[in-house]
Amino acid sequence: MNFVELIRFAAGAIVAHPLRSGLTSLGVVIGVAAVVMMTSIGLGAQQRVTSTIAGLGSNLIIVQPGAARAGGGFVMGGAGTGMSLTEKDAEAIARDVEGAVAVAPVVRGQAQLAAEGANWNTRIEGVTPDYLIARDLTLASGRMFDEREARQGRKVLVIGQTIARELWGEQDPVGRRVRVRSVPFEVIGVLASKGQSSFGQDQDDVVLGPLQAVRSRVVGRRLRGDVVQTIYVKAENESELTRVQEDVSNVIREQHRIRPGDEDDFSTQNMASILEASQAAVSTFTILLAAVAAVSLVVGGVGIMNIMLVAVTERTREIGLRMAVGAKRSDVLIQFGLESVALSLAGGIIGLAIGVLGALLMARVGDWPAAVPTWAGPLALGFSMLVGVAFGAYPSWRAARLDPIDALRRE
Amino acid sequence: MIQVRDLTKIYTMGDERVAALDGVSLDIARGEHIAVVGPSGSGKSTLMNILGGLDRPDSGTYLFEGEDVSAFDDDELARFRNQRIGFCFQSFQLLPRLTALQNVELPLIYGGWPPAERRARTAEMLERVGLGARMTHRPNQMSGGQQQRVAIARALANNPDLLLADEPTGALDTQTTHDVLNLFEELNREGLTLIVVTHEKEVADRAKRRISFRDGKVVADERTLTPA
Repeated sequence: MNFVELIRFAAGAIVAHPLRSGLTSLGVVIGVAAVVMMTSIGLGAQQRVTSTIAGLGSNLIIVQPGAARAGGGFVMGGAGTGMSLTEKDAEAIARDVEGAVAVAPVVRGQAQLAAEGANWNTRIEGVTPDYLIARDLTLASGRMFDEREARQGRKVLVIGQTIARELWGEQDPVGRRVRVRSVPFEVIGVLASKGQSSFGQDQDDVVLGPLQAVRSRVVGRRLRGDVVQTIYVKAENESELTRVQEDVSNVIREQHRIRPGDEDDFSTQNMASILEASQAAVSTFTILLAAVAAVSLVVGGVGIMNIMLVAVTERTREIGLRMAVGAKRSDVLIQFGLESVALSLAGGIIGLAIGVLGALLMARVGDWPAAVPTWAGPLALGFSMLVGVAFGAYPSWRAARLDPIDALRRE
Repeated sequence: MIQVRDLTKIYTMGDERVAALDGVSLDIARGEHIAVVGPSGSGKSTLMNILGGLDRPDSGTYLFEGEDVSAFDDDELARFRNQRIGFCFQSFQLLPRLTALQNVELPLIYGGWPPAERRARTAEMLERVGLGARMTHRPNQMSGGQQQRVAIARALANNPDLLLADEPTGALDTQTTHDVLNLFEELNREGLTLIVVTHEKEVADRAKRRISFRDGKVVADERTLTPA
């Protein structure tokens, strides 16, 4: 018996009832489309999280005041939760920790910028020149201030792309004056664009100034002495990351005179572990979504099984006749099995197309970073075939097992 | 061609055991035209099913050209039905979705014929039964007589040794019954071995040998004189 002929028999039966076949496949269409879309959403989220976290700077360790909270993840150091970090801590790290290529203490505030009639409210960060290295930032034009200017408290600024656009439009902002809380500053550089973060934050909407100047002119009222809000430490390479993180902790504990056994009054995190934790969270989320979607695939399979059982009953006489003219039991088994697989596979192909289109549509219209995984196609087709085989097996076996005499007699 | 010895087939219905065949022995030679008659339940259909390889006897032997068919497994029986036997049923048993051509083609497909030869043979068989003009008709577009002729074309397509017809004219009117019987006689004259199960006297009278069944036993086996 020729396999091609069996395929023709199966196709003929499917085409004979187009509406029924379509409705039967619909369950698999929905199931596969759902799985493809869910995994695309998951992969998109993963890519966005990865790029955001990587965008913070590679081999980066973040030191924040306040004890780490149980449960890990991001430490939310709200205002006033701790004033424990100082510039002296940063200096000690730079001096004592081997493999720390950049140490950048930061103070932050919100400020109104005013330039030639335009106004803009933005984040302002008081930093040291090391900050660019720590955060992997580059300049689009102009220059960064140097150590000397920082120490002197020179009133100069490096601004993000959004600021440049909002205040000066197409004109070059380098060399222009801008008032921060009515204190005049000079723009000396513009940062290269970093775009949006996955949390929807515009990373180009930021202004960097020398630590001293920003502290005294902008955020001074909130921070005493030489307190800083964050210290960024960049390790020389990834293999050193954990060791540098431990050394940083030890140096600060020493600085803060924390006795052995007592809790830290600060916390350190490295980007690698944050990245790992968030990727693990996202992939758990993706697996959960895909599992829910896969349930509808199973429901689709049950629908196919149901219709195949009906078809076997309906076509009992046909089966009897085929056997009478020479069909082997295996021929009947394969014919009905192929019918079930064809229904399921057709559903899988259509579902894959709908899923991919849906994901692209979501990416375009919904602004969600859906990315169709490359394995979605083979997976969807493989799974729909598997569903066809699994749920077609029992009906096909029932067909093949029929007694030809009984089958021919059936009305 | 066929030697049947002590065939027994017992059906259990509830507590009752019914012997559909009770020690039947027969010899059938190539080229015979046989009518099998008897009341319903006498075992004639069971005999047809066993001769056609659709069923196996509980005991006894069935030799077809020296081969012991009663010992065949399912696949061997399928092959036997395909190569050796042609069936004609009272209800024609055509597949409603398929055209006359496609119906006649079925045994050839299962017999593994290449497509080109298959189509030629199918067309030839339909011409042979006088349906050359209706090859692409579906069963519901044809009369009962035409449908039975399609069924006969299908039965003959793979060039069988034996044609088994179970009440072939039961659903046909007098005129078409006549046509079908004429066709049978013609085929028999060309050398085809023919066994017809029937209730109808006219059909039985046209056979050259009549085997009568009652309660699973052969009660009469007689040569009849064919009308000249």
